[in-house]
Amino acid sequence: MTTRRDLLAGAGAAALAAQLPLVALAQAKDSVIIAMTLEPPTLDPTSGAAQAIREVTLQNIFEGLVKMDRTGKIVPCLAESWEIAPDNVTYSFKLRRGATFHDGTPFSSEQVRFSFERAVAPESTNAQRQLFTPITEITTPDPGTVVIRLKQPTATFLYGLAWGDAVIVAPASAANNKTNPIGTGPFKFVRWNRGDRLEFERFDGYWGEKPTLAKATFRFIADPQAQVAALRAGDVHAQTNLSAPEAVPQLKADPKLKVSFGKTEGEVILAINNAKAPFNDLRVRQAIAHVLDRKTIALGVYGFDVDLIGSHFSPLHPAYIDLTATYPVDIPKAKALLAAAGFPNGFSCTLKLPPPTYARRSGEIIAALLAQIGINASIEPLEFPQWLERVFRGKDFDLSVIAHTEPLDINIYARDDYYFQYKNPEFKALMAKIDVTLDEGQRNEMYRQAQRILARDAVNGFLFILPKITVTAAGLDGMWTDWPLPITPLAEVRWR
Amino acid sequence: MLSFLARRCVALVATLLGAALVIFVALEVLPGDPAAVTLGLNAAPEALAALRLEMGLDKPAPVRFLAWISGILTGDLGLSYTYRVPVAQLIGERMAVTLPLALAAIILATSIGVPLGLLAAANHNRPTDAAVMIFAQLGLAVPNFWFGLLLVLLFAIGLGWFPAGGFPGWQAGPAAAVKALLLPAFALALPQAAILARVTRSSMLDTLQEDFVRTARAKGLAEPVTVVRHALRNALIPVVTIMGLQFSVLIAGAIIIENVFALPGLGRLVFQSITQHDLIVVKDLVMLFAGLAILVNFAVELVYGLIDPRLREAS
Repeated sequence: MTTRRDLLAGAGAAALAAQLPLVALAQAKDSVIIAMTLEPPTLDPTSGAAQAIREVTLQNIFEGLVKMDRTGKIVPCLAESWEIAPDNVTYSFKLRRGATFHDGTPFSSEQVRFSFERAVAPESTNAQRQLFTPITEITTPDPGTVVIRLKQPTATFLYGLAWGDAVIVAPASAANNKTNPIGTGPFKFVRWNRGDRLEFERFDGYWGEKPTLAKATFRFIADPQAQVAALRAGDVHAQTNLSAPEAVPQLKADPKLKVSFGKTEGEVILAINNAKAPFNDLRVRQAIAHVLDRKTIALGVYGFDVDLIGSHFSPLHPAYIDLTATYPVDIPKAKALLAAAGFPNGFSCTLKLPPPTYARRSGEIIAALLAQIGINASIEPLEFPQWLERVFRGKDFDLSVIAHTEPLDINIYARDDYYFQYKNPEFKALMAKIDVTLDEGQRNEMYRQAQRILARDAVNGFLFILPKITVTAAGLDGMWTDWPLPITPLAEVRWR
Repeated sequence: MLSFLARRCVALVATLLGAALVIFVALEVLPGDPAAVTLGLNAAPEALAALRLEMGLDKPAPVRFLAWISGILTGDLGLSYTYRVPVAQLIGERMAVTLPLALAAIILATSIGVPLGLLAAANHNRPTDAAVMIFAQLGLAVPNFWFGLLLVLLFAIGLGWFPAGGFPGWQAGPAAAVKALLLPAFALALPQAAILARVTRSSMLDTLQEDFVRTARAKGLAEPVTVVRHALRNALIPVVTIMGLQFSVLIAGAIIIENVFALPGLGRLVFQSITQHDLIVVKDLVMLFAGLAILVNFAVELVYGLIDPRLREAS
């Protein structure tokens, strides 16, 4: 609601703005408060898988040799450039000159070696240790050069170096990074009021372009209603990913706010235990695929359209192909397939659901859809640790709903002992080939083939991509609206 | 009196130990590996083993129980699995929010509830009485989280007088901190005020029927003097008892209210650590709450013993 006083105030501000030089205005607004749902448990992305750690620290406090830009492309960061030798296993990185850590330690090749060796050490608690296991040797011919030799050609090696698990840390500060993070990024750590907020300020010794923001605060608001209230009251200037999709119309109607819908790397799947009868029968899985009405499920969960998928791949990747038509919704055909598999009257099974809203809501709709062909799926809600223990580790499940949020993780279908227990030598061979194919065009062709295999085999029910609902104050620009990597880099965030 | 005190103390220690054992066993049988929760879906087995060792999860349960108890006695509550800082420090930080919040709620509830109850009793069976009783009924019926949302809608989004949630920390100055705590304290205080209004009213009505009040009136004391000097003191005894009992209700309410207002207090910490499977924090906090409740009871019993000699001898 706009009152007369607001109008007058607005007019006054406009008059002032017309007189003041632009610089003064920019200085008046050089801080931002950004809300996110989960609080990071620590601030060290090299020990612990929590996404929230990466979301606040990566590209803000910490940097890797390379980084991912907002379109998902790998670009230089602490490495200015690199060369891959003709043997395809030797990477020479030319390092950035003049970069320093926030405590003044100059950045050099020694710290790169230290960081990567630390990540594979026996006592390492790095959650993505497999990124570094292909490394056989790291040499540092001079402070500005690092040469890394791999066991075998590994196409995803560079890609992995952009992740939070591969950031460069310094020997003197690494042990304290959990509570007092010291990196080379454009922002440095100021204060953490645990449970409420985290404060960063611009690092004036940054090697690259200086951010326009002098100060940035992350606030942690878990309750969806509280998120909406904080945005509407103007307490926060942005929410990186809103947890209350039902509040979208209300927020869109607010002229002070801007809502954008983006894509992520989070594939939501109806996980199927491929090793357990009757789900080991392709016809049963095909029957399930024929009843999964993705549009209805996604609409039921969010109330607006999100990106639907027909295989385990995100539309953010250039190799993505739309396979949602592989098994179109067709109830009679699903019934026939089920009858051919020996279940003319369907069967009973369990559907174990972890706590996230998308899982609980889609689970209920899926159970109703499956009932159409006589599959009686009884829902079992689980807490996340229980889900990890029983479904993920114990493989004690029939059906489940979960989002796989790691970028480019289609290779999990080649793992022998993964929880949905898909075993296909053809797919495994293809993944092995992708690993050693360095040509991007060829590799993308193979990724397309891999998507088709998974869609054809109806390994899991492929549902939709987790949306990113970014809400920002109307004058705030530069927030990431897609999440090729779930992070919130502040360097490009600015007030208009 | 000394043997009464000694017997009470033995019972206190036994209750505390019993509570500790129940808490430990209950969390022990919960499924789920805290290391797996920390490292996520892609973790390598070596990393998991390393973290389990770091968390001390490799030792047998009785050893961990004894280590926990001796830790509590020496003030060492262990290291949080998720935050990787001492639990005692975490609890200390959160106390700085929850204690003032609870205190403010008690003050608000008392200063609203007691006068209203007195007003109703003094105007028994008149419209004022009915109005107070309707308020009390509403205050009990309205869930405090919903009342909190209404307050936010009106005072934060509508009028912009208060922040919608969060806590700037005491370093931001007492004014900002108090501003952040006022709405949640109100939301927390409403049901308490309603209960206190009811209890004060009925207790006051009972007391006004007593012989000594009739005597006071008979000797010609003015009605306000009768009510305030003679009846009120006696009527407040059950009110004070109820206020003591409200302690656990306040803690439970704080868990919900702190979530609605995104306040970094103890209630939110319990909630967070349960969802993140930070069992060591859950264990310490539940023990803290149980210990406080047991100590409050202990204090009440001692006071009863002081007041009533028969209790001392009978037990």
